[in-house]
Amino acid sequence: MALLDVTDLSVSFDTPDGQVHAVNGMSLTLDPGDSLAIVGESGSGKTQLAFGILGLLAKNGTSRGSVKFNGQEILNLPEAQLNKIRANEIAMIFQDPMTSLNPYMRVGEQMAEVLMLHQGTSKRDALEDSAKMLDAVRIPDARSRLRMYPHEFSGGMRQRIMAAMALLCRPKLLIADEPTTALDVTVQNQIMELMADIQRDFGTALILITHDLGIVAGTCAETLVMYGGQVMEHGTTDDVFEAPSHPYTLGLLKAVPRLDVPQDALQTIPGDPPDLTALPPGCPFSPRCPLSHEPCKRTMPPLEAFGSGRFRACHAPREDVA
Amino acid sequence: MLTFILKRLLIAIPVLLILIVGTFVLMYTAPGSPFATERGIPPAVLANLEAQYGLDQPFIVQIWRYIVGIVTEFDFGPSFIYRDQDVNDLIGQGFPVTLTYGVWSFLVAVLVGGTLGILAAVRHNTWLDYLAVGISIGAQVLPNFVLAPILVLVFTLWLGWLPGGGWQGGQWEYVILPVIALSTSFMASIARISRASMLEVLTSNFIRTARAKGLPMRRVIFRHALKPALLPVISYLGPAFVGMITGSVVIDIYFSTGGIGQFFVASALNRDYGVMMGITVLLGALTVLFNLVVDILYAWIDPKIRY
Repeated sequence: MALLDVTDLSVSFDTPDGQVHAVNGMSLTLDPGDSLAIVGESGSGKTQLAFGILGLLAKNGTSRGSVKFNGQEILNLPEAQLNKIRANEIAMIFQDPMTSLNPYMRVGEQMAEVLMLHQGTSKRDALEDSAKMLDAVRIPDARSRLRMYPHEFSGGMRQRIMAAMALLCRPKLLIADEPTTALDVTVQNQIMELMADIQRDFGTALILITHDLGIVAGTCAETLVMYGGQVMEHGTTDDVFEAPSHPYTLGLLKAVPRLDVPQDALQTIPGDPPDLTALPPGCPFSPRCPLSHEPCKRTMPPLEAFGSGRFRACHAPREDVA
Repeated sequence: MLTFILKRLLIAIPVLLILIVGTFVLMYTAPGSPFATERGIPPAVLANLEAQYGLDQPFIVQIWRYIVGIVTEFDFGPSFIYRDQDVNDLIGQGFPVTLTYGVWSFLVAVLVGGTLGILAAVRHNTWLDYLAVGISIGAQVLPNFVLAPILVLVFTLWLGWLPGGGWQGGQWEYVILPVIALSTSFMASIARISRASMLEVLTSNFIRTARAKGLPMRRVIFRHALKPALLPVISYLGPAFVGMITGSVVIDIYFSTGGIGQFFVASALNRDYGVMMGITVLLGALTVLFNLVVDILYAWIDPKIRY
């Protein structure tokens, strides 16, 4: 049985400017221990997809569809039942480590309360386990750091603390939402190595949300490309990177700056991300797509399987994408 | 921390000196005299009075004597209006009264206002929120000189439950109405500030982290959100506390409580130099003191603030 089974998930927000459709009928499955990268530009709905799964949407947000975790429907569960799953079964690491820890509480307290809540551990044992976990994410001198406050750590260290905190209950699924965006490049690399180690050592399934294709390749076995809140392409990372089957994926890959090819200017995809209050009736990417033709503007192409376990949603013939 | 407190207390000395000199200069240059009456006083009598109170001396001598009196004997001089009473006596009698109803008003304002504000924020955009906002706006726009007579009308004249004035050494039935009248507008401000700051804190990233950890909402609010949400409230509470314990003209006049609030306006109108200076120094010293308390509380709440 799949660990996570998302079917036709939609997330929308009521705003004064109208309904914002952040996620539009997303489906994906994840087996225990798997690793999946969800990539796409800012505003493609990646983060709201993750928040929708965990029920962490802002108050004006609603989600429809189905999210099954270990066979149990968890979408729109009452808060009290969701709280048993959060951190315990599905844990999350957020985008901005500088603001994601409570600046007014000692790091040790913030970590220990997770274990005390979910496993009824005594405070003493919880602090002990927290120190061990900080050690595991390679924070030196972990025991004495428990008494420190978040502002006494660097950004990279804080993200390690977030990771350690997320792992305390040995969750079966870890969702990392752009864990490296706010960090500088060398620290990014360390955090990505940490993610890979976590996966290996704890056997945790990982969903890595990112707009940085560079960090996907080494970490995740599968890649899902998202645009306008919908799946554009889904397959193994190797396949998607080597033979992209969707013009959007191709555009993203071309936009990655390369050191081995002389370039005058950065490659970009012309146009802007879609207006989520008024998505076009057809493919959301069609206004920016070089291969766009008549049907693209009218109907959203279905997600079709092809090759070995690959999916794409595009009207253009596969051989035209190159 | 201790050196910080000592330093701040030392700085208070020049601050208060500047306050004394400034107020003294203002009063010295303001026209009028404490001895002016409608019929006028014979020049000889006036000269005698002025000599008795030292008002015939040059400015420098007057202010020097005043400051020396405070520093050496803690003597704030005589009242110029209440004959045979000096400022220390007047404040000594009146301050315990305002302190009593001021502290109670403070407690009521903080407890009711804080609870209303936090409830409103947690139940944002529900009937509870609208009710709390309605109550606090109503309380804010109702000035205490309107509220006080309404309270007397309802609770004294109609219902006959509570006395409409007097103090009687601060028996509880005499304290209630002044406390309601004084605390209402402070309560409204506290409710507004705590609601706004709680709303802001609840949207911050670390609150989302706390929710993602599976903490129940009650725990998220009390353990994670309350402390930071209190910061703006506390900076308001310092000056507000001073304002409450030094009383109010309206309360003292409507309820004949005999506090020092009545002296604020009366001493300025009467040119009662002694009382006016005394009240100003008291208010200044309390303000300096409670701003220090606020700063200490800040450091206690926010670990990034260390002195």
